[in-house]
Amino acid sequence: MEKRLTTPITENQIKDLKIGDEVLITGYIYTARDAAHKLLVEAIQNNEELPFDIKDQIIYYVGPTPAKPNQVIGSCGPTSAYRMDKYSPYLMEKGLKVMIGKGDRSVEFNDVVKKYKGIYLLAIGGIGAKLSQCVVENELIAYPHLQSEAIRRLKVIDFPAIVAIDTLGNSIY
Amino acid sequence: MYKVERKDVIENVKRMMLYSVQTLHKEVIDAFEDSRDKETNPLAKSILDKILENHEIANSKDIPLCQDTGIVVCFLEIGRELVFDYDLEEAINVGVSQAYIDGYLRKSIVRHPLNRINTMDNTPAVVHHQFIPGNKLIIHIAPKGGGSENMSTLKMLSPSEGREGVINFVLETIKNAGGRPCPPLIVGVGIGGNFEKCAWLAKKAILRPLNDVTENEIDRDLETELMERINKLDVGPMGLGGLTTCIGVKVNSYPCHIASLPVAVNLQCHSARKDEVILVGKKIDNTNN
Repeated sequence: MEKRLTTPITENQIKDLKIGDEVLITGYIYTARDAAHKLLVEAIQNNEELPFDIKDQIIYYVGPTPAKPNQVIGSCGPTSAYRMDKYSPYLMEKGLKVMIGKGDRSVEFNDVVKKYKGIYLLAIGGIGAKLSQCVVENELIAYPHLQSEAIRRLKVIDFPAIVAIDTLGNSIY
Repeated sequence: MYKVERKDVIENVKRMMLYSVQTLHKEVIDAFEDSRDKETNPLAKSILDKILENHEIANSKDIPLCQDTGIVVCFLEIGRELVFDYDLEEAINVGVSQAYIDGYLRKSIVRHPLNRINTMDNTPAVVHHQFIPGNKLIIHIAPKGGGSENMSTLKMLSPSEGREGVINFVLETIKNAGGRPCPPLIVGVGIGGNFEKCAWLAKKAILRPLNDVTENEIDRDLETELMERINKLDVGPMGLGGLTTCIGVKVNSYPCHIASLPVAVNLQCHSARKDEVILVGKKIDNTNN
């Protein structure tokens, strides 16, 4: 049976999750992919404030299609996570707890997840139409010039994902 | 002499893009249904179910199947009896631009690979041309996702590595790629030609219908053996294990240099979107010439 996660994410909510567990996420999550990660890490390196409080939050690696007039969001499945490996440690150091993406990450990244007691979740790639049905709010909050890569705050209900790296650094791959 | 109107090219490209981003061919749906019924791994079964459900939602609610609406690749087969008084490639790009803007598709193309500034309308498409006999213009079009394209490979093998070398390179590519290219895949293999020709052959291969049987016996046997061996890799749907790593393997070959054995592997994700149209040229009156 799926386990439920509600944002913000506490250590207690995720410490017993094991790889392969299916979870359903409810609450606010933040979108960011390659270009937004680059800007977030530059902000950290320049001691600037991040555009949102990242502590105990979830980042979803996605660049959705634009919402049509009657939609909250367009298609919104995950992008490959490995491209974020060089950026994620900076964000986890600032308190980021959960990342959602697709595919494996570098072997070294398992230790990063373990160090910061976070988790990496897998969403199924290529089913962005289905996943869009879990999104009930969609607000652009930073870097509008990045278009589909801008940071958005999404409110999701029962967003499905699978634990791919747990808090002990075990990986499903 | 015959002519295909510019506006017909634009309208058809736009229509095909909007259709293909939310609709898979029936043969692909059938292959997923068969695979789901054969899978014994519950996670693999559940992923295939979700892929099928996603297709229903995309169709009924008018949402792209995948947020990555791709880089547009276009193969043109141009009848030799056609004349063009406009830039055909420009017309293709106008169709692409209109589809991506009016259709709320994701614009994923940057002007330069290093400055990464978005072109804002998903142009330019990558366009290939070929001449054919007759008066028809055939346009094959596919929005190709970045994830599967990133996992595609090319290697110049030594001729001594032969058939087994080709097989091993294909298997290695798919194994190393794991879940990243969003399997179940359609695997396009190009062998022969030279460096760029074998990549072109591999890309063309993923656009062949799943039931298309090549006339070349060597390629046909290779397709059968690769299909079997790829599906034994246990990569499975989204790389999480299972019997369904690919639903099709297509091999295209071409003569090559005595020193070379080029191999290219182009991977198509499970969102195998594509479409094609045949536009018949209208006879033009050239009695004034």
